[in-house]
Amino acid sequence: MNNGKSQAEQIKEISGVNPYKCMKCGKCSASCPSFNEMDIKPHQFVSYVLNEDVNTLVSSASLWKCLSCFACIERCPRDVKPGKLIDGARQMVIRKRFADYLTPEVVPEYLDPELPQQLLVSAFRRYRR
Amino acid sequence: MKYSYYPGCTLRTKAKDLDTYARISAEVLGFELEEIEEWQCCGGVYPLGIDEIASKLSSVRALNAAKEKDQDLITLCSACHHVIKRVNDDMKNAEDIRTRANNYMKLDQPYAGETAVLHFLEVLRDRIGFDVLKKKVVNPLKGRKIGAYYGCLLLRPSELLAFDNPENPTIIEDFIRALGAEAVVYPYRNECCGGYISLKEKQMAQSMTDKIMASASGFGADSLITACPLCLYNLNLTESKAKLPVQYFTELLAQALGLINSEEVQVS
Repeated sequence: MNNGKSQAEQIKEISGVNPYKCMKCGKCSASCPSFNEMDIKPHQFVSYVLNEDVNTLVSSASLWKCLSCFACIERCPRDVKPGKLIDGARQMVIRKRFADYLTPEVVPEYLDPELPQQLLVSAFRRYRR
Repeated sequence: MKYSYYPGCTLRTKAKDLDTYARISAEVLGFELEEIEEWQCCGGVYPLGIDEIASKLSSVRALNAAKEKDQDLITLCSACHHVIKRVNDDMKNAEDIRTRANNYMKLDQPYAGETAVLHFLEVLRDRIGFDVLKKKVVNPLKGRKIGAYYGCLLLRPSELLAFDNPENPTIIEDFIRALGAEAVVYPYRNECCGGYISLKEKQMAQSMTDKIMASASGFGADSLITACPLCLYNLNLTESKAKLPVQYFTELLAQALGLINSEEVQVS
C-alpha cells in the first residue's frame, strides 16, 4: 500500500494535510487538552513531517495522547489541522501488522460494570486496524 | 411527524435511559422515532483518514435507509451524531469517497448525501421550538441549577457539525431554561472529558473531568446534563470533592414533561 513512498508522504496522503501551510502560531498547542502529556507538542508535529523525521514522531508518547477533541482542528487558522496529521501518523503505524496499540486480549483487565460499549469501539478504531 | 432514528450501540445497553426518555418525550411533543432496521454500529469515532471507506459504510447504510423512507435522520448520542453527520458530508462533497462507497454498496440509486441528519436537540430547537416546548412543560424544574456539558463531538469542527457556536454555544442552556430550570454557564462546558483515553489511561481522563466538575460547581451548578454516554462515564470517574450528579438531557426532558416522577430522577 505504501508503494515505496516515504513515511512523510504516507502521512500526508492519509491525512490530506499540507504541513507547509503552518505558520507556527501555536493556537493548536494552546488549545490542546493533552498538551502536558505530550513530549512532541501539536505545533511541532508539522516539523517532524517536513524534516522527514517521522520515526521520532511515531515513537513519541504524543501519538497516543491525542483525544480527537477537534479543538486544534476547529481553531487552526491555516487549515493545517494538526489533529488530522497526528491521526495520519497513527494510521500509518497501525496499518502495519502487529502494531496495534490495543488488542482484544487485554480488554478484560480494563472492564468495569459501568464502562460504555462506545468506549471500546472508539478505542479500537483509534488504536487498532 | 415521523423521523428515522439511529440509536447506536450504547443506547441499547449502558445508556438505555438516553433512548427511553427520548422516545416517550417525542411522543408527547408530537413526533415519532422510527428506528432504522438492522442499523450497525457507527464505530464511535469518525475515521479521519481520507482513504478510509469500509469504516464509513455502516453510516452510509443508515443514511440510505432514511433516504429510502424519505425521512430525516435523528441521532441522540453525540458520537453517533458526529460520525454520521460527517460521513454524510463526505458522501455529499468528497467525490472520491462517494464513488468508492457507492461502488461497494451497489444500491439501486447511488447515495449522495441526500438525508438531513439532525440531533434530537436540534429537532427541539429548530422543528418543535423551545417556546413550544416550554408550553408543554407540566413539571417546571424550578430551583434547579443545571450546567450543560457539551463536550467536543456535537460542536467541533463547527464548519461540518453546524450545531451551534463552537466557542460559546447556547442550545443546551436554552433547553434547560425551557424546562424551567436555571442554566449555569461555566468555562469548561466545551472542554474534552478525555474521550477514549479512559480505557487505557483512566487517570488522565479523571484529571480532566476533575477540572470540569470544579468549574461547574464553582459557578454554582447542582448537576450536569450531557448527550454522550462516554462523557457521562468519564465525568463519573472524577474523585473531585466538587463532584456533581450527571444525567442524560432526555431524562431531564421527560421529568419536566411529567413522564417520570422527580424523586426517581434525583441524583442517580
